Amino acid sequence: MAAISREEVAHLARLSRLAVTEEELDTFAGQLDVILQSVAQVGEVAAADIPPTSHSVPLTNVLREDVVRPGLTPQEALSGAPDAEEQRFRVPRILDEDVAS
Amino acid sequence: MTDLSKLTAVEIAGLVASGETSAVEVTQAHLDRIGAVDDRVHAFLHVDTEGALTAARAVDERRAAGEELGPLAGVPVAVKDVLTTKGVPTTVGSKILEGWRPPYDSTIVERLRAAGTVMLGKTNMDEFAMGSSTEYSAYGPTRNPWDLERIPGGSGGGSAAALAAYEAPLSIGSDTGGSIRQPGAVTGTVGAKPTYGGTSRYGLVAFSSSLDTPGPCARTVLDAALLHEVIGGHDPRDSTSIPAPVPDVVAAARRGATGDLTGVKLGVVTEFTGEGAEPGVMAAFRESVEALAKLGAEIVEISCPHFKYALPAYYLIAPSECSSNLARFDGVRFGLRVGDDGNRSLEEVMSLTREAGFGPEVKRRIMIGTYALSSGYYDAYYGQAQKVRTLITRDFTSAFEQVDALISPTTPFVAFPIGSRTADPYQMYLADLFTIPTNLYGGPAISVPCGLSDGLPVGFQIMAPTMADDRMYRVAAALESAVGTLTPPTL
Repeated sequence: MAAISREEVAHLARLSRLAVTEEELDTFAGQLDVILQSVAQVGEVAAADIPPTSHSVPLTNVLREDVVRPGLTPQEALSGAPDAEEQRFRVPRILDEDVAS
Repeated sequence: MTDLSKLTAVEIAGLVASGETSAVEVTQAHLDRIGAVDDRVHAFLHVDTEGALTAARAVDERRAAGEELGPLAGVPVAVKDVLTTKGVPTTVGSKILEGWRPPYDSTIVERLRAAGTVMLGKTNMDEFAMGSSTEYSAYGPTRNPWDLERIPGGSGGGSAAALAAYEAPLSIGSDTGGSIRQPGAVTGTVGAKPTYGGTSRYGLVAFSSSLDTPGPCARTVLDAALLHEVIGGHDPRDSTSIPAPVPDVVAAARRGATGDLTGVKLGVVTEFTGEGAEPGVMAAFRESVEALAKLGAEIVEISCPHFKYALPAYYLIAPSECSSNLARFDGVRFGLRVGDDGNRSLEEVMSLTREAGFGPEVKRRIMIGTYALSSGYYDAYYGQAQKVRTLITRDFTSAFEQVDALISPTTPFVAFPIGSRTADPYQMYLADLFTIPTNLYGGPAISVPCGLSDGLPVGFQIMAPTMADDRMYRVAAALESAVGTLTPPTL
């Protein structure tokens, strides 16, 4: 039985903000199915009482002294932007989006 | 006259320091070599001729002024295109960052510059460091100098091939699941993955933040150790950087080179010596184990029962982190933007940009990660993988109560023909079978050449406890002293 359907892959692509083509959906559906069936092996391990590890280094908040340090100028920060205006990143319209989606 | 491109970093630094040759001459020799062979090898995505010669001139001027030079001053280095370089293109092997010139240097590159090394350019890689063959680069594959029809490993195939083709004596890689060690193994070069947190991730384009580790690549163990020392150490700009000095890897490499391993206990990983590896790889590995025993090392077998689950756990954890990290490529602040015609919405432009800018492997991993993190699947996939990560870590810590280091082949197979594993993505993943456990644990590991199988290099892996990077250099240098380095065919 397939671990993942073509429709589910289309949904994942939407969540991932990837405008995949119909052809890609066909290819990816098969490939993701093989990958997911393989990685599902982790389920064979009895680990109910095992704590998860997210990181090999114990994570604590790292703070520094609150002093001013050199940073990027607005020109530098915007130097790679696809579109900029008045020292700001210019983006496509965001207000008319389908709020129901 | 000596062919400067054939020298080790140690030899080059010595000649530059004594004034027998200049940094400019050394740099020009490597630029000439790149000009002569890189159209066939394609190790570089960008060669910074002007920047390299400027840096070399600065070293020569400092020497002329009587300044003290560091141990790698004047030595050329190639940098994987995953690290930001101020004003020099950084693509991560992806179309989504084509033409991007970062406004800042990564910490690794900053330290390379401060040490007086000469950056030749940026090396090819699988897109976003996702792959094991460099075939997933959006700019075409790198070829293995041992056989141009075969892969140089990945993701850092460019950094490894540049060494084997004598285009650079040193290079920088990054290792998330084996991307330094596996290319080192299949190109007959040395690649070291430092302890996670031992080298800074500041300015390293993120793939899987809990695993990504930049590190040194070279043709000899001592050269790798010298480079490790230059780039390693605490960085306040990386919150997971370990606030401790770099282990004394250079002294350890020199000690190992004496060929005495008396008192060192090594564990052969039982799970990695079975049917998973090619017979030729196992034969070279076994011979090297005997060589280490002759140098005085005590050899035992150690079972690490959860290592076989490292591959599936990794291919859930890394894609999950990648699906989050790569959300920043949205066509707003840097890189590509596609379809912004004034009518389309932000979401549409974002989706078109990412569709056009990412290659198939990156898309697969983003979707796998999105799946593994979805409610309903999280516990069975990502959550379970994190628990397996704990068990793999326990395998390591219990092994290191019994032995000083673990050993295995670096890869199950030698360099495979270009195109032979791209149709089935999971077949490609198997290349990382032996390298991945270390990344999940966070400790250091090194690949050192240990012989040939059918005329192609085999790598020997040494895995050490967290922050005991020096230990693996000692064993690696000892092995090198016994089996020698490998010389690739003339290109």
